[in-house]
Amino acid sequence: MRGLPPVLITAIVLVAGFALCAVQFPNIASTRVVGNLLTDNAFLGIVATGMTFVIISGGIDLSVGSVIGFTTVFVALAIERWGMPPLVAFVAILALSAAFGAAMGAVIHVFDLPPFIVTLAGMFLARGAGFLLSTESVPITAPVYSTVSDFALRMPGGGRLTSVAIIMLVIVIGGALLLQLTRFGANVYALGGSRATAGLMGVAVGKMTIKIYMLSSLLAGIAGIVFSFYTSAGYSLSAVGVELDTIAAVVIGGTLLTGGQGSVIGTFLGVLIQGLIQTYINFDGTLSSWWTKIATGVLLFAFIALQQGLVAFARRPRTKSLGAAT
Amino acid sequence: MTALLPRRGLAQILALIVILAVDRVVSPQFFDLRLQDGRLFGSLIDVLNRGTPVALLSLGMVLVIATRGIDLSVGAVMAICGAIAASLADSHSLPVVLAAALGAGLVCGLWNGFLVAVLGMQPIVATLILMVAGRGIAQLITEGRIVTFSSPDLVWLGNGSVLGLPVPVVIALGMLILTGAVVRGSALGLLIEATGGNARASELSGVGTRAMILSVYVWCGVCAALAGVIAAADIMGADANNAGLWLELDAILAVVIGGTSLFGGRFSLVLAVLGALIIQTMNTGILLSGYPPEFNLLVKAVVVLAVLLLQSPKLSGFAGVAARLRRTKA
Repeated sequence: MRGLPPVLITAIVLVAGFALCAVQFPNIASTRVVGNLLTDNAFLGIVATGMTFVIISGGIDLSVGSVIGFTTVFVALAIERWGMPPLVAFVAILALSAAFGAAMGAVIHVFDLPPFIVTLAGMFLARGAGFLLSTESVPITAPVYSTVSDFALRMPGGGRLTSVAIIMLVIVIGGALLLQLTRFGANVYALGGSRATAGLMGVAVGKMTIKIYMLSSLLAGIAGIVFSFYTSAGYSLSAVGVELDTIAAVVIGGTLLTGGQGSVIGTFLGVLIQGLIQTYINFDGTLSSWWTKIATGVLLFAFIALQQGLVAFARRPRTKSLGAAT
Repeated sequence: MTALLPRRGLAQILALIVILAVDRVVSPQFFDLRLQDGRLFGSLIDVLNRGTPVALLSLGMVLVIATRGIDLSVGAVMAICGAIAASLADSHSLPVVLAAALGAGLVCGLWNGFLVAVLGMQPIVATLILMVAGRGIAQLITEGRIVTFSSPDLVWLGNGSVLGLPVPVVIALGMLILTGAVVRGSALGLLIEATGGNARASELSGVGTRAMILSVYVWCGVCAALAGVIAAADIMGADANNAGLWLELDAILAVVIGGTSLFGGRFSLVLAVLGALIIQTMNTGILLSGYPPEFNLLVKAVVVLAVLLLQSPKLSGFAGVAARLRRTKA
C-alpha cells in the first residue's frame, strides 16, 4: 500500500465534483460550460503554470497578480495612447516582465533573502508602477483584439474553445513537458529537494533561480495579455489577490509548498476545481460568491492535511513500514 | 531608555527622524499640535492614530516571526472580528461585544497554532487557509452587507480620547507594555527566541516548543481581533471585503523594518511598533505632499528593498558585494 499520488487524488476530486454538479444541474455537463470554464480561468491557468515551477523549486512568487495588473495597463496604454502596434506592445511587455522576474531572482540569490519578502516588494513595485501609469480603466479598441476574442474552435455540442483557452492549454502542455522532460525541469526538482545538495551536484543554483523567477514573471505577463483579451481593457487594479488563487490552485494540484514535488498537470486540475466551484455557485444562484472563498479554504486544508499525512507516511521508521507490508 | 531601545534600533530611529524631517519639508505644519475639546489634534497624532491597527498586528506578528513562523491570516481575522463586533454592537453591552470579538480572534489563533504546532504544517501554508477562507467567513457574518452601528461605547473605542490621546493609541500603547512585560519580564521571550532559533534543540533542552508556537499564534489572533474591533469602531461599521485588506503585508513589513529576522530567533517589540510608525509616517507624508497616493506602493517597495539589502546576511557593506562578485567570478 503506497498510497495514491496526489495528482490522482486531485483528478478524482475533480471528476467526483463534476459528477456531483452534473447530477444536480445536468446542464453543467455540456461542452458550452466546459468551454467557458477554460476561457474564464485561462489567465489563472497560465500564471499557475509558472507558479508551479517556483513552488517546486522551493520558492514562492507573490508578485504575479500585480504583474498581470501592470501588464494590462501597459498594453492598453501602449496600444491606445502611445500608438504602438499590438505585437510590438506584447513583445515589449513580455521583455519587461521577464526582466522584472530575473531581477527578483537575482536579488533572492545574490543577497540570500527569503523569496517571500523579495516578491512581496516586487508585488508593491509592480502594482505601484501600474497605478503610476493610469488609475483609470483604459478600454482597448484595436481591431486585433476583436479578431482574437472572436476566434474560437467549435466543439461538438455547441461549445466554443476560445483562442484564450487554446493559449492556456498550449502553455500548460508546454510547461508540463518542460518540467518533466528537460534538464531544466530536473534541476527545478533538484533545487526544491535541497539547494545545497543541488549546488554540490553541479546545478548552477544562481542561474536556475533567476531563470525560474523569470519564467514565472514571463508567464504572468502572458496571463496579463490574455486577461486584457478577456476584458478588452487595461486596469491597474485588475487581478488583485490572484497570487492567492494561484498558490491555492498549485497546492490543490498536489504540489508540496516545501518544494521538490509536484506537477503542472496537477496545477491545471487545481485551477479547474476552483473554476468548477465558481461555476456551481453561478448555477445555484442562491449561494453567495463568498462561498467560493470558504470552499477553496476547506479544499486547501483538506489537501495540505492529506499531503502532511503522506509525508508522515513516507518518513515513518523502516521497521514499521515492513510490519505494515506483511 | 537604553534598556528599551537596544543599539540595533539606531537605524530605525534615524529612518523615522529622516522621514519626519521630509514630512516637515513637504508640509510645514506637520509638527503643529493643538488642543481642542480636551483632545490633541495634528498630523503627528494622526500618524499615531492611523498607525494603530498595523502596530497592533505587528505586536502579534513579531512573536510569530520570532518562532520562525508567519501569519498571513491577520487581515482576514481583523475582518471576522470587526464583523462580529459590528453586528453585536447595538444589541449587547461593550464587554460582551469585546469578549465575543476577542474570543473569535483567539479561536482563529488557536486554529492557526494547531495547524502549525500540532499538525506540523508550514506556517505560510497553514495561515494561507484562514487568509483565503476568513474573508468568506466574515462576509457570512455580515451577510455580504456593510454592517453599521451606532453604539456610543464601541464608537468611543475608535474615536474617543483619554488624557488628550485618541483611545486606539492608548490601547496600542497598553498592549505594547503588556506584551513587553509578559515576554521580556519573564523567560518567555527567551524561550520563544530559542524555539525560533532551533526548534529541535530547544525541544531537547526542555522547552515546550509546541506550547510556545501555539501561544504566539493565539496572541497574534487576539492582537488582530483588537485591531479589527478598532478599525470597525473607527468607521462605525464593518466591511468584510476591505477591513484589514493587505494589512498582513504591512504588519510583516513593519516587523522586518524593525530588524526582526524572518528566519526567527530574535525579536524586538518596540522596534516592530516603530516599524509600523515608519510605514504610517511615510503614508501620511505622501498624502500631505499632494502626490497621488499611487506613489505610496512604489515608495513602500523601495523602502522594503533598502531594508532587505541592509539586513541581508550576505551583505555587510559594499565590501560584501565586492567579495561575493569576486567569488562568483572565480
